[in-house]
Amino acid sequence: MSAARSWGKTAIGLVLTGLMLFPVYWMINVSFTRDQDMRKSPPHLFPVDGTLEGYRAVLEQQGPYLVTSLVVGLGTVAVTLLIAAPAGYSLAKLRPRGGGALSFALLIAQMIPGIIMAMGFYAIFLSTGVLNTIPGLIVADSTLAVPFAVLVFTAFMSGIPEELLQAARVDGAGVLRTFWSVVLPVSRNSLITVSLFAFLWAWSDFIFASTLDQGGDHQPITLGIYHYIGNNNQQWNAIMATAVIASIPAAVLLVIAQRYVAAGVTAGAMKD
Amino acid sequence: MKGTMNHVTQTPASSVAGERRGRAPVPPSHGRRRAAVRRRWSGQWAAWAFLAPVVVYLLVFYAYPLYNNLDLSLRDYTVRSFVQGGAPFTGFANYGKVFADPTFGPALWHTVVFTAVSLVFQFTIGLALALFFTRHFRLSATLRALFLVPWLLPLIVSSSTWSWLLNSDSGLVNALLAAFGAAPVNWLTSPDWSLWSVTIANIWIGIPFNLVVLYSGLQAIPAQVNEAAELDGAIGWQRFWKVTLPLLRPVSAITLLLGLVYTLKVFDIIWIMTKGGPSDSSTTLATWSYRLGFGNLLPAFGPGAAVGNLLIVMALAFGLVYIYLQRRQAFA
Repeated sequence: MSAARSWGKTAIGLVLTGLMLFPVYWMINVSFTRDQDMRKSPPHLFPVDGTLEGYRAVLEQQGPYLVTSLVVGLGTVAVTLLIAAPAGYSLAKLRPRGGGALSFALLIAQMIPGIIMAMGFYAIFLSTGVLNTIPGLIVADSTLAVPFAVLVFTAFMSGIPEELLQAARVDGAGVLRTFWSVVLPVSRNSLITVSLFAFLWAWSDFIFASTLDQGGDHQPITLGIYHYIGNNNQQWNAIMATAVIASIPAAVLLVIAQRYVAAGVTAGAMKD
Repeated sequence: MKGTMNHVTQTPASSVAGERRGRAPVPPSHGRRRAAVRRRWSGQWAAWAFLAPVVVYLLVFYAYPLYNNLDLSLRDYTVRSFVQGGAPFTGFANYGKVFADPTFGPALWHTVVFTAVSLVFQFTIGLALALFFTRHFRLSATLRALFLVPWLLPLIVSSSTWSWLLNSDSGLVNALLAAFGAAPVNWLTSPDWSLWSVTIANIWIGIPFNLVVLYSGLQAIPAQVNEAAELDGAIGWQRFWKVTLPLLRPVSAITLLLGLVYTLKVFDIIWIMTKGGPSDSSTTLATWSYRLGFGNLLPAFGPGAAVGNLLIVMALAFGLVYIYLQRRQAFA
């Protein structure tokens, strides 16, 4: 392949990527647009006379929402790891009888529409008093990640060489010790993958937030944006500025953990 | 090291297996066998101890809400009985109500159209991009990673961005149409267009998933196959139809089925962009279920749950086909 042809493909690739990401650019552009230019026709393609009004509004009004989302995201990661990592180890290495049935149940669980889970949770949360609370939202959000997490852990941990575990056993380590000081350290990559996705899904969740936390004192950023759209649909720079800030975790994830992301996407689809 | 390895292979489980294959000429003593059995049982105990959290979790946070949902759909709930209990059992009355509702037909049809159109375009565009990215060029890995962005963004972010792009008066899309002399389209507020608008946004969000999975499927096709095809004179389109596509069929089937299951349950995008309106023109089963349960001042949990359960049956039917295909492929 000649260098010129390779550059030609790169050029096509850049154009395609530009087209694909144009809505994202537009979000950023609008977030810097002044109110009086918002309804201009045709709209400015670049933020000429850009303003930070939108971001100022976000900092003034959306701070608590962002904090809630952060807490819910981290809580979801903790719950997910706590439940899924031991299960993955067991399914991958301890050969439990009936493990196949459990894996099957997890695959099915992944396919249940969120709206159905939300409705089921609503009545339970109402009667147990966790409706509109952060722990309730963490539990609900964790259902987005736990089945995926167990399947990813099982797939990754199946690849741990048997000799490594046997060596630990010979050294007198019990199953628990082996899990804690051998399996977990070598499974760092899968721990990172799962944590990233669990955080991102909890951070992005709208359906559980809007059903199980709609009357809560602490609401996540997705509801912050939703209220924004509902209440002041004139101030689109503020809405888009909030959207930009809400996208930061996704951007960070992509920059620092690119290979984990692709691994996670395919693990969900291809691996057992 | 060799010594330890030898020692390791003497674990009870393997010695039991050895006995069964008749490798141990001397019958093992009673004590040894009992120890082996005990060890195996303790192994099962440990295995299930590690599984206990997830089993409890699945029962409490999946099975119980699902049971609850089924119960909701079989009783005549009011707000009062929802809080205090004691709603009368009405069998399938809620389902009857749902089937007779004038919204049912359109919602089902919209679900089918939304899902089918989304899948066709996501898959075709995803496959075209995946093929393009297999020609390694400068920056190809970086650009491929950037294509993941729409998939990673919170749905409320992408949905509100598309809402603004498609805004009737100040949206960029209508400004572009005007630049070409076309009349503006009421993307989100006209019953003729709302379903297409949410479908466009959903296609955009789903392309990355198709791209990534199909790309990894293409990577798995051995290079020799392509070389052989080239030697036989198969080039371009011919190679694509006769070689690449047939080899990619298992991965394609899995991608489409998984996409189907995911698209059936899409709720956020539609609700945020149009709330299923105007006048139900973009209502799907998922948004209808939500509206029945949560969208009105007086919630209709019973019918809402009934619609939700219909959705579950659809998702599971295709989900089981997916699992079947995936298993068959794993053992092939």
